[in-house]
Amino acid sequence: MAGRYFLLMRKVFVLPDKPRIFFKQIWVEMEKLGLSSISIVTVISFFMGTVITIQTALNFVNPLLPKFYIGLVARDSILLEFSSTVIALILAGKIGSNIASEIGSMRITEQIDAMEMMGVNSANYLILPKVVAAVIFNPLLTVLSMFIGILGGAFIVSVTQIIMFADFIQGIQIYFIPFYVTYGVVKMMVFSVIITTIPAFYGYYARGGSLDVGRSGTLSIVTSCVFILLFNLILTQLMLT
Amino acid sequence: MIEVKNISKSFGQKEVLQDISAVFDKGKTNLIIGQSGSGKTVLLKSIVGLHDITAGEIWYEDTRFDTLNFRDKKKLRQKIGMLFQGSALFDFATVIQNVMFPLEIFTSMNRSERIERANFCLERVNIINANDLYPSEISGGMQKRVAIARAIALNPEYLLCDEPNSGLDPRTSMLIDDLIREITYEYQITTIINTHDMNSVMETGDKVVFIYEGRKWWEGNRDEILHSDNKELYDFVFVSKMARAMKNL
Repeated sequence: MAGRYFLLMRKVFVLPDKPRIFFKQIWVEMEKLGLSSISIVTVISFFMGTVITIQTALNFVNPLLPKFYIGLVARDSILLEFSSTVIALILAGKIGSNIASEIGSMRITEQIDAMEMMGVNSANYLILPKVVAAVIFNPLLTVLSMFIGILGGAFIVSVTQIIMFADFIQGIQIYFIPFYVTYGVVKMMVFSVIITTIPAFYGYYARGGSLDVGRSGTLSIVTSCVFILLFNLILTQLMLT
Repeated sequence: MIEVKNISKSFGQKEVLQDISAVFDKGKTNLIIGQSGSGKTVLLKSIVGLHDITAGEIWYEDTRFDTLNFRDKKKLRQKIGMLFQGSALFDFATVIQNVMFPLEIFTSMNRSERIERANFCLERVNIINANDLYPSEISGGMQKRVAIARAIALNPEYLLCDEPNSGLDPRTSMLIDDLIREITYEYQITTIINTHDMNSVMETGDKVVFIYEGRKWWEGNRDEILHSDNKELYDFVFVSKMARAMKNL
């Protein structure tokens, strides 16, 4: 399985025959995989930001701890883990199923054979623009998620008065480490490769009928999630310790 | 001319093609016939390199195809047009974009030249006013014709068709057969058609190769097929009561 994956990647990561078509495809994929994900990322980030803030506030029972720490902990949870890893897991489901079913149905309806027949490197033509589009666009979604998540926290604080709004604002500003944003963005870039290439691999080698394409989609999402978590550990170990 | 010499193909332990040799002539419609599961599609896909053969040789004129490297295969494939059983039109592209696809990839034509060529090919297969429709919006017969237009867009020297009229009504089937035959004669293409449709055999079979259980069982033309005493071929051709009644006329 791993061997076939790397053989496919060898076909994917080559210079495209026609750069003009390749760049056009990247725009198409950015719209399909990236722009269409903005709404779901926004909604999830907002609500998760509110929940993270409430839960953090509820766990700060020690009166000796300054209240602004609630804002700080909520901010760092969003920056370090939520906006990269959790968003990547969500995108693995959304983008992954899209890619696996698209490429899988192209495989079983012989559209990939037709491309190969014409002498087109189908793996490069179909998969590389998706990978590049995701690696460019998904980090932007991560940054958006960070912003919306913190905004969600601010919203819930102002509505429920769970802590003083000024404390929360102080918390999200204090001890800010810009590298945490870089860390989240780098993680998302690596996760983007995972959530595009693994579903593409399962789709590309799909066999049989629509049921098998569905099965490939499910398997691809499960596998992508496992690898996201594994690489999350590796990258955290490499970048934060 | 395409020639296959002693080709065999196995999937694991299962031998699908066994020692098949045949010559497919230029400017003729060469038919590969046989019942479902006899290995016709595997043979056709092996001829274009979509399946790697286990043994034997495949020749396009003086070029041995099966031993070519990826780059040379890619070059030769630009001379081959292929029509797949399910049309295999790209879902993401409209009718005209499908026909323009090979032109965009392999030629240096500008956009207006590509559109002109695509329109010419579409008119040649009698597709008019459907340029902006997607494959899912047109009928099966139209899809086949668009696929033929795409296959001839680069002026191929070879045209391979995998069951071009499967799933079509008899009238549309005949239109597709006529179209393929006309294109073959007009452009002097080497055409190979996989079929199990006896109407197609009688209409277009300049040369017929009968495959039975992965082996070449018989070879001839559409006139000879009616008078062959080969039992398996007889069982295949005269399976229907109508065909048997016609033979006895």
